Amino acid sequence: MEPFAYVRATSIQEATEAYASHPGARYIGGGTNLVDLMKHGVETPATLIDLTRLPLHDFQELPTGGLRVGACVSNTDLAVHPLVRTRYPVLSQALLAGASGQLRNVATVGGNLLQRTRCPYFQDVSKPCNKRQPGAGCAARDGLHRDHAVLGHSAHCIATHPSDMAVALAALDAEIELHDGEHGTRRVAAADFHRLPGDHPDQDTVIRPGEIVTAVLLPPLAPGAVSLYRKARDRASYAFALASVAAVLRLDDRRVRHVALAFGGLAHRPWRAATAEEHLTGAVPTDDAVGEAVDAELAAARPLRDNAFKVDLARNLARDVLATLARSAPGGAAPTGRRP
Amino acid sequence: MVARARAPQHPQQAGPRAGEGPVRSRVALRVNGRTYALDLDNRVTLLDALRELLDLTGSKKGCDHGQCGACTVLVDGRRANSCLLLAVTLDASEITTVEGLAASDGALSPLQEAFLEYDAFQCGYCTPGQLCSAVGMLREAAAGHPSCVTDAATAADTAHPAALTPEEIAERLSGNLCRCGAYNAITRAVAACAATEAPDQAPRRPRT
Repeated sequence: MEPFAYVRATSIQEATEAYASHPGARYIGGGTNLVDLMKHGVETPATLIDLTRLPLHDFQELPTGGLRVGACVSNTDLAVHPLVRTRYPVLSQALLAGASGQLRNVATVGGNLLQRTRCPYFQDVSKPCNKRQPGAGCAARDGLHRDHAVLGHSAHCIATHPSDMAVALAALDAEIELHDGEHGTRRVAAADFHRLPGDHPDQDTVIRPGEIVTAVLLPPLAPGAVSLYRKARDRASYAFALASVAAVLRLDDRRVRHVALAFGGLAHRPWRAATAEEHLTGAVPTDDAVGEAVDAELAAARPLRDNAFKVDLARNLARDVLATLARSAPGGAAPTGRRP
Repeated sequence: MVARARAPQHPQQAGPRAGEGPVRSRVALRVNGRTYALDLDNRVTLLDALRELLDLTGSKKGCDHGQCGACTVLVDGRRANSCLLLAVTLDASEITTVEGLAASDGALSPLQEAFLEYDAFQCGYCTPGQLCSAVGMLREAAAGHPSCVTDAATAADTAHPAALTPEEIAERLSGNLCRCGAYNAITRAVAACAATEAPDQAPRRPRT
């Protein structure tokens, strides 16, 4: 690890000012990913600015019925919060499906969003990686890429984003609040926060240099909306997703009034399945209708040499999750109005 | 009480890079009820500070990347991987290591007794991490935290915590690997402790 200076910020302004006056600085939250990357030599900050003492540890119920979650809230505290467990089960389930108890206790909400890919070539500084060093090449494309992307990848990068939480946030239409110290706050839709790699795989997100993630905003869910997260991985616990699905469904008179579907483990960002959602909106979610919608979405998949199995995994997960939600959603099982 | 720790040894003495602040910090680490005044290279992890500077070698370095759990300690009562925490960030935190689980007279904690009774280890390398992780996990369970294997209805029922079945224990302790494969005995020991004892209860009796 390279030597670094350490600054403990106690306000957002102090943090952004420290960032501006320390070239090569990085913010640190729980550090569960950043410290590891520093050990690998992937990250070599000249200064670490510790954000964990910022006043961003609170939950706030919003007048709209939504929930504002401070960026320093731990993954554990978000997962077990009574309002999250009752109103946004998909988010609690996604968090609890990620990492281990020890890591969830330390990792923050902001850090979860900003964690880097676990592509082994990104983490190995002896291998070429366009994400780590733009223009260096990609060792994964012809290497071990069984865990890598099947959707939205580019010639430059086939990495996936590892977060489970971010997949649930994308399906919930959450927003990410950012603060740059100079212009104040701005909000970005969670589904647009992470980027596709294109020819700039070094940029994981749309965050600007010096900006701080200050909060996640969860919008209210309409009454009757149900949600679910499901994840497939190589071992039963404590492993990243090969594929995962977050979904929110609301039925009205047996028909889909609202559906949000997002895949994890398949792309450089949580993959919001707009095509499948379009197919299903207004339809009766029979097994056939769900299958057709999911197939339409995954028609865009471009699997690599060794990861075509992920498309099948994702398809089966999505069908199962949507069918489960369709059975449990109010207004589904017992038709009250006209027949289709 | 303030204890003066051994002078830190560093293979590469760090000098500041141009235009940056100092790369060392003074830190007061609170470990097992004692305060240690340290002058630390900012790079030192909590695990290395415990083992190399404070002679608390119970916490083990397995992978050093947060994947095995052998380094698990309690920070402000919550379990954490000490290999991924920078000591400089922990000023004012209360840290408990495996050395702090037993009473000062050597009386083992109920969980430690259960590990002996159920033969919950072979080589013992993962045991300090398993113990600290289980203490933290039992507190989480007592506080009503659901897990990934808790069914949706129970997880949403914030008034009635999930029962600690073997499946729940295995899921909640999945951050601690055991290369000997003592998982079944570990699960039984933790289940026995969960059924009979509050995890924070004082040690029962001195072990002879």
